[in-house]
Amino acid sequence: MIQEGTMEPTDIEENTTAANAVVETNAVVDTTELVEEELLVEEISIDGMCGVY
Amino acid sequence: MTDLQIPPTPAPDNLVLSPVKQSGLGDQMKAGLDAPICLTWELTYACNLQCVHCLSSSGRRDPRELSTAEAEAVIDELERMQVFYINIGGGEPTIRPDFWHLVEYAVDHGVGVKFSTNGSQIDAAVAEKLAGMDYVDVQISIDGADADTNDAVRGEGSFATAVRAMEHLHDAGFGEFKISVVMTRHNIPQVDEFKAMADKYDAQLRLTRFRPSGRGADSWHELHPTDQQQRDLYHWLLGRDDVLTGDSFFHLSALGEALPGLNLCGAGRVVCLIDPLGDVYACPFVLHDEFLAGSVRDTGGFQKVWQESDLFRELREPQSAGACASCGHFDACQGGCMAAKFFTGIPLDGPDPECVLGHGEPLVAAADQALRPVGQDHSRPTPVKFLGRK
Amino acid sequence: MDFDATRAYRLHERVALRPEPFGALAYHYGNRRLNFLRAPELVTLVETLADHDTPRAAFDAAGIESRRWPSFEKALASLAASDFLVAA
Repeated sequence: MIQEGTMEPTDIEENTTAANAVVETNAVVDTTELVEEELLVEEISIDGMCGVY
Repeated sequence: MTDLQIPPTPAPDNLVLSPVKQSGLGDQMKAGLDAPICLTWELTYACNLQCVHCLSSSGRRDPRELSTAEAEAVIDELERMQVFYINIGGGEPTIRPDFWHLVEYAVDHGVGVKFSTNGSQIDAAVAEKLAGMDYVDVQISIDGADADTNDAVRGEGSFATAVRAMEHLHDAGFGEFKISVVMTRHNIPQVDEFKAMADKYDAQLRLTRFRPSGRGADSWHELHPTDQQQRDLYHWLLGRDDVLTGDSFFHLSALGEALPGLNLCGAGRVVCLIDPLGDVYACPFVLHDEFLAGSVRDTGGFQKVWQESDLFRELREPQSAGACASCGHFDACQGGCMAAKFFTGIPLDGPDPECVLGHGEPLVAAADQALRPVGQDHSRPTPVKFLGRK
Repeated sequence: MDFDATRAYRLHERVALRPEPFGALAYHYGNRRLNFLRAPELVTLVETLADHDTPRAAFDAAGIESRRWPSFEKALASLAASDFLVAA
């Protein structure tokens, strides 16, 4: 989860989106992120196919 | 002007995996592959036994059998298609004069071989030879844990013959050969003894489903497991990852956790059968014109049949649940085995005759058994009856 | 063998790789195990692993997004555990 740091003062001419920017400061930012696991390898026994005796 | 600063991309060491459900492997397999993963090849219909429930109704050699050269051509194709592994059966494959040549030809061409046998040709010398061969596996067939139970199905002396073969293989240091059993009403109570036998000979136990195929149709009603025995077998198999099943009990998945394996009908999708005449069927349990895809003798050979036959194209289409649509277990059991349905005379889009919820029973009872389909028959003229236990 | 992400790996010489639409089938002729590789990128990786000093170098070279690296590492680890991958 990204923590908001202290906002720096901005010029009046700045686009309002600047107000939404998260600015890095000396604060410690926790960069742990949850990502979806992909199951990329699946093992099946060579005997595990129906139709072979 | 203040720059917009975007937080740095987390380094891989900061990533925590959260499990996600993804589409099953089974769904991809049902659509079929460009080549089988493995297949059964019945080399001959000739057999020196006359097992009561033989799935291929074997006994008499068919004069139209593939020649050695034709068989080699099939192996060449399997090599090109990268089929990893074939199960050679029959009849009794070891009584074909070119059996050893073909086994060696296959392994020399990158195709692993397991052959299924009654053990009658495996003496000490043959066992030594097998122990020295790479990429060859042996499967000994028995149907009872003692001579009484076994010989009632496979004929007098067949148990002793099989056990002798096991002893030779064990003494020769072959390693883990397979002991394969077809589970019936009479041998399900012997599962622990089968396991002990496999352990004794350092073999791997394989339990498979009894289907009403071939001569099996004649005795299926008397020999197939009871409902309770099916449940007992399922529970015995759960957690025993060292016992193979050939995925033949996927119809029991409706009972709970699926047994190991792809858990689906592989016929025409990931496996198929080549018969002694070069005819290609969906699987060994449906040796009937209805499930005949073509012949390796046709132009284009085996590859063309596998990739382009009408039958296999049909099987690779999504199958509808049919009469099973309203049952919550269809996803698990897929409606069961088409061979079991076909040869008990019930509709292919209906429940399995041994449906664990009992949906198949009334349909079996209602089907006119005199009208049920009869497949290829190479039985010897002498009629064989189930002898019952002594 | 235990997977060590700091060393180079290669495919075991007895493993056959058969490309499929979903990725590839991998069959080990020695131990008879069968693995389904469920992403084409994984197949490329397995084929090029020996060209790199570490798996991560291979991921990078293959252009795999870093958020997917943990899944790919897990995949390589399971292949190593069944002897499909060995130290290069």
